[in-house]
Amino acid sequence: MSFRPIFEAHPWEEVKAGIYAKTAADVEQALRAPKRTLEDFKALISPAAAPYLEQMAQLSQAATRKRFGNTVQLYVPLYLSNECQNICTYCGFSLDNKIRRRTLSSVEILQEAAVLKGWGYDHVLLVTGEANQTVGVDYLEQALRTLRPHFAHLSMEVQPLDQDEYERLIPEGLNTVLVYQETYHQEDYKKHHPKGKKSNFHYRLETPDRLGRAGIHKLGLGVLIGLEDWRTDSFYTALHLGYLERTYWQTKYSLSFPRLRPAEGMLPPKVEMSDRELVQLICAYRLLNEEVELSISTRESPAFRDHVVKLGITSISAGSKTNPGGYAVAPESLEQFEISDERSPAEIAAMLRRQGYEPVWKDWDNALMSFPSQ
Amino acid sequence: MKTQPLRIADRVFTSRLFTGTGKFSSAALMEEALLASGSELVTVALKRVDVTNPEDDLLRHLSHPQFNLLPNTSGVRTAKEAVFAAQLAREALETNWLKLEIHPDPKYLLPDPIETLKAAEELVKLGFVVLPYVHADPVLCKRLEEVGVAAVMPLGAPIGSNKGLLTREFLEIIIDQSRVPVVVDAGLGAPSHAAAALEMGVDAVLVNTAIAVAGNPVAMAHAFRLAVEAGRLAYEARLAAPRAHAVASSPLTSFLD
Repeated sequence: MSFRPIFEAHPWEEVKAGIYAKTAADVEQALRAPKRTLEDFKALISPAAAPYLEQMAQLSQAATRKRFGNTVQLYVPLYLSNECQNICTYCGFSLDNKIRRRTLSSVEILQEAAVLKGWGYDHVLLVTGEANQTVGVDYLEQALRTLRPHFAHLSMEVQPLDQDEYERLIPEGLNTVLVYQETYHQEDYKKHHPKGKKSNFHYRLETPDRLGRAGIHKLGLGVLIGLEDWRTDSFYTALHLGYLERTYWQTKYSLSFPRLRPAEGMLPPKVEMSDRELVQLICAYRLLNEEVELSISTRESPAFRDHVVKLGITSISAGSKTNPGGYAVAPESLEQFEISDERSPAEIAAMLRRQGYEPVWKDWDNALMSFPSQ
Repeated sequence: MKTQPLRIADRVFTSRLFTGTGKFSSAALMEEALLASGSELVTVALKRVDVTNPEDDLLRHLSHPQFNLLPNTSGVRTAKEAVFAAQLAREALETNWLKLEIHPDPKYLLPDPIETLKAAEELVKLGFVVLPYVHADPVLCKRLEEVGVAAVMPLGAPIGSNKGLLTREFLEIIIDQSRVPVVVDAGLGAPSHAAAALEMGVDAVLVNTAIAVAGNPVAMAHAFRLAVEAGRLAYEARLAAPRAHAVASSPLTSFLD
């Protein structure tokens, strides 16, 4: 069993036409529905929903507050390596980019971690490119062992792995894995990922299934906005989420909606998404699913982040560096992409408090997963 | 007018309103609201506190003599994980009281009855005062009582749903059968729900979301306090109606008059 047959039962052009055919009446029906379906979601992300943005925002805010209260979690990425065997047209770490490659040693990882701990972080997201020879499962296992005594919650955004590899890493304290499909448009996916293991669309598509079977606690999904029509891509994200929730019901889910940022040697985005449209998408996700976590990164601007945290967001990063060693070891090295919000974690925490939210630095404890289930 | 105190294990509570500590917009506001609630038993998620830090923000705001801490195991998925987390909580927070919650389903946070019963049995043997969060399942509550839990905490409605006493019929059976205190945990969205629970004979209620997410959490905490007191007073005063048995006329036996 996997997501693949469900995915294949929804042809791209058909889905896209369905979204663009939605009318104001469909949107109004979706807004009234006590429990919303994927058809309602299509209406809410369609152009027809644009005039209903304020109403969507109010419903989204109320639903988020009921479920998550007046709190927002803080997390920070820790880039371990920029080595990569893939060519991705939009990424600064792409194999064909002539940049200095670096993979942090355990000592360097601890130096970086000390800075993050000093800022108050207890949740950290480990990020790498895809270089299985040097940054494979052995390396990741060592990194988790190095960091586990220092952080309450460890997440990972690295290359897709096999099920048995995830089963090896979870008992080392791996709580969450983020794996973004980038785009569900199969032909365009090939164009953007012409070389490397990442060019295998289906292996990536079935990664959440492997994670679910391995018993991961939390799984993050998303697409890279800018590669293809964001509405259609977001429909597949929602379809994927719904399938996963019903199949791997013990796993928690989160969604991200990264908009393409300028990066060294990359092509400009094919599709531009406006701020209004991103707010529409965030609210639509919330109206479809009241329990899913929604995350916003430093890709977005300060002004946008300050407003959007009130509309459905449940976790936010701050102070991020997207280059390995960026916090302490090699602050001048090249970043994966440019960040937009350079405010410190303390400034972000103060911004949240001013808006009536408690910044939550710790919402997990390693002691809760000393015995991995089955 | 005072109501009867509530005894659970070795402790006596004047207040029958237990509270949670999540979802508040700040630890200071939480403290103020909990003080206004009059609550004497406050549940804290082990995952939210840094037990190695004596200056932990949440714990610092809970250090009042009237607040007894009730650590909870939110986040665990199995009995094994719960027992491990409970031991850590006991050591770190210096209490053997435990709100046992095992909800492997992170979407609706519904308790796993099988793992909960397994964990309860083991924790009681390890000397814990166990208050398990469970479905309003009368048989499960009896089974838990038999393994030695100090109280049962059936849900009124899905947690955080604010829907009130959706499980009323089953709660009535639990109250009727139970030899340990019954605490309705989860789903109470308004003071009137809490009052109704106490009126029907529930021993106490646990409220979090309805207070934390209210427009004015301090005022809402006070409102819940009054509602719980009123509900208990009404219960002790014996409600006049409705009655379970008909009393109006006796068509079958009036010929004997």
